[in-house]
Amino acid sequence: MPGRLQRARSGEAVAEAAVPVLSAADYQGILADTLAAGHRLLACWGEPRPEGRVLVTAAIAGDRDPTVGLLSTLAGGPLPSLAGECPAVHLFERELAEQLGVVPAGHPWFKPVRFEPPLRPGPDPWGRTLPLAGVAGVPPFFAVEGEEVHEVAVGPVHAGVIEPGHFRFQCHGESVLHLEISLGYQHRGVERLLAGGPTARTVALVESIAGDTAVGHALAHARAVEGLAGVEAPPRAAALRAVALELERLASHVGGLGGLAADIGFQPTASACGALRAEFLNALAELCGNRFGRGLVIPGGVRFDLSAGEAAALAARIDRAWAQVEGTARVFFRAASVRNRIDGIGVVAPRLARRLGLVGPSGRASGIATDARASHPFPPYDAARLTPAVQEAGDVAARARIRRDEAAWSAAFVAAALRALPPGPVAVAVPPPRGDRLVISLVEGWRGEICHAIRTGADGRFARYKVVDPSFHDWMGLQVALRGQQISDFPLCNKSFDLSYAGHDL
Amino acid sequence: MIGILRARLRLGHQTIAFPGGAARLPARFRGRPALAPDRCAAGCAACADVCPTGAVLGTGAGGLAIDAGACVFCGRCQEACPARAIVFTRDHRLAMRAREELVVRGDAPTLARALDGRMRRLFGRSLKLRQVSAGGCGGCEAELNAAGNVQFDLGRFGIQFVASPRHADGLVVTGPVGANMRDALRRTWEATPAPRLLVAVGACAISGGVFAGSPVCGDGLDGAIDGVPVDLYVPGCPPHPVTLIDGLLRLLGRLEGDRPESLAGAP
Ligand code: SF4
Repeated sequence: MPGRLQRARSGEAVAEAAVPVLSAADYQGILADTLAAGHRLLACWGEPRPEGRVLVTAAIAGDRDPTVGLLSTLAGGPLPSLAGECPAVHLFERELAEQLGVVPAGHPWFKPVRFEPPLRPGPDPWGRTLPLAGVAGVPPFFAVEGEEVHEVAVGPVHAGVIEPGHFRFQCHGESVLHLEISLGYQHRGVERLLAGGPTARTVALVESIAGDTAVGHALAHARAVEGLAGVEAPPRAAALRAVALELERLASHVGGLGGLAADIGFQPTASACGALRAEFLNALAELCGNRFGRGLVIPGGVRFDLSAGEAAALAARIDRAWAQVEGTARVFFRAASVRNRIDGIGVVAPRLARRLGLVGPSGRASGIATDARASHPFPPYDAARLTPAVQEAGDVAARARIRRDEAAWSAAFVAAALRALPPGPVAVAVPPPRGDRLVISLVEGWRGEICHAIRTGADGRFARYKVVDPSFHDWMGLQVALRGQQISDFPLCNKSFDLSYAGHDL
Repeated sequence: MIGILRARLRLGHQTIAFPGGAARLPARFRGRPALAPDRCAAGCAACADVCPTGAVLGTGAGGLAIDAGACVFCGRCQEACPARAIVFTRDHRLAMRAREELVVRGDAPTLARALDGRMRRLFGRSLKLRQVSAGGCGGCEAELNAAGNVQFDLGRFGIQFVASPRHADGLVVTGPVGANMRDALRRTWEATPAPRLLVAVGACAISGGVFAGSPVCGDGLDGAIDGVPVDLYVPGCPPHPVTLIDGLLRLLGRLEGDRPESLAGAP
């Protein structure tokens, strides 16, 4: 990473003044160079400043450097778009325009992201009249022209028990030329509600960023707040948090394999995984009373402990459940009827995945060997020496295999961790956050890298709280995966990415 | 094929005994709060201070009350109370027919009333529901899906989620009703043939939950579709599948009173 960045470890708060405020040209030059050199953009956000200006900050990271690089610029007008050169920034640029009116000049597909009102009133980049009347999914949509081309529109309300989103397919016969996904229907103003905190509501709110990633987001939040306060959770709390994070991953990956099996019509694995997923959710409930781990992780540690007997019983339960998952997964991956449906379907080639900045299992299935548990580890992952699971094929099968392999690691990790919980307290007192600080907190949730960025004001309150759910990086992956596919493969491809609408929409 | 059958046999029978037998809820499960206001120390509001959603409506001997429709069942209030005036029981029966009935004041359970005779005749043996997420985090959807899996098997009661509102007898709505979903929700309701039911699932759909007061959301389903009242409220964040099944069965008059077999296993 170039020298002109401020570096910080994930979860380490730095003084606001230490982050360099560069000229727009320098800021963008550094950003483009580091991304081209293989770094990834963790987050990019704006904060209102006087005279209509906007302080834009980017956080970047690489695989071989356990720090995060921070750089800012003060935008007084449009910034030239980098999206053509570095597609990974395309949605961040649109978001910056939507939230604070910083227009990315020359952006190849300049649209709102969530159809949300701006964080500060000002001229609308799209010339719409404010206030917006609650309209998401408004045209234009990218259209393909030609006599035999037709368009298929699906959503926001879908056929299953699933969150809302709008899908526009450009098709030639059965085959998909292009898919555009328009989201924002689940927008509920998470970042606005978090600003001004911490309050009694804060933890419950971060647990509701994506309901299937309550532990991941609560942990990213807790570590950020601990960094701002200058404390660290005790070892027993760190271990229990990791147990919960891996249980969340297990439940989601096992449930995801079951979902794929259901979409293929492979009933044995579909129903077995549905029931086995519950084993891991119920393990979370044994720990904290809630099947999604809500209420467990708080700044300073965790709220619940396990006795030696309870921990041993839980470990045995995980071992038993995992043995059953292995059995049903083996049957799944061996069946010819399954292989026919998942091999070579929904491919994202590694080079494209890298340019798009895919993260998590979706990225690792396309050869990106990045996992924040390995690249930016915190206790107890620093001692766990995880090697990221990687596949090269980038298809539905690769994404499914990644999930099986990661779940296997998690099951072994959880059982071992429960049998060797370090002694001591499960929480420490957390003083109020220090003022004028900036912290970036990274946690590898089951979908990939979760990033929480908090800047405190002079009073120690959250002046800006930026959340990046891994889905924000990955929805583009699903769109390109559909190119050249049969439209009937959409449900399977969608399930193989298994992205969050709520996490994207905030 | 033999491998498939062997794997299937090893799994055995998975469906829970509930409602005929115990629901087997985890020891730390937080269900209906039981309140003992006479234990409150004068002037203490420790519970209300820690509550993330303002669900503690009143404190003290005369007024201690928890709105189960706003509560996310985090248990913070119980933790904060020095007098054990708030204790979360493992009673999973939380669903109610009217918004005010969700307010818990003492320690006696209230149970959801059944539909009237005509609606019961229409829906009692077969109820098809269409789900709409209107904001929210996707957590309730996960539990609604779980309610249909082999473990909880909602289908064995003749209750099913269907793909189209045109095929549905009612809507199950989750989320606080964000501004961006208000129109789609109304249109889905209009596409559902009458007579039809409206069910609010989860703290968000009942009261806004953790998103209450958001500038881009409503505070739940009440009043979100002009002039349409809610028929059943299912509290929780998210509600446990057993809470949902219990609520729907009571609504249909298929589970009544306080029979012990309709209770969770003893704590
Ligand atoms: S359990 Fe319910 S009432 Fe008690 S603090 Fe949590 S949300 Fe508030």
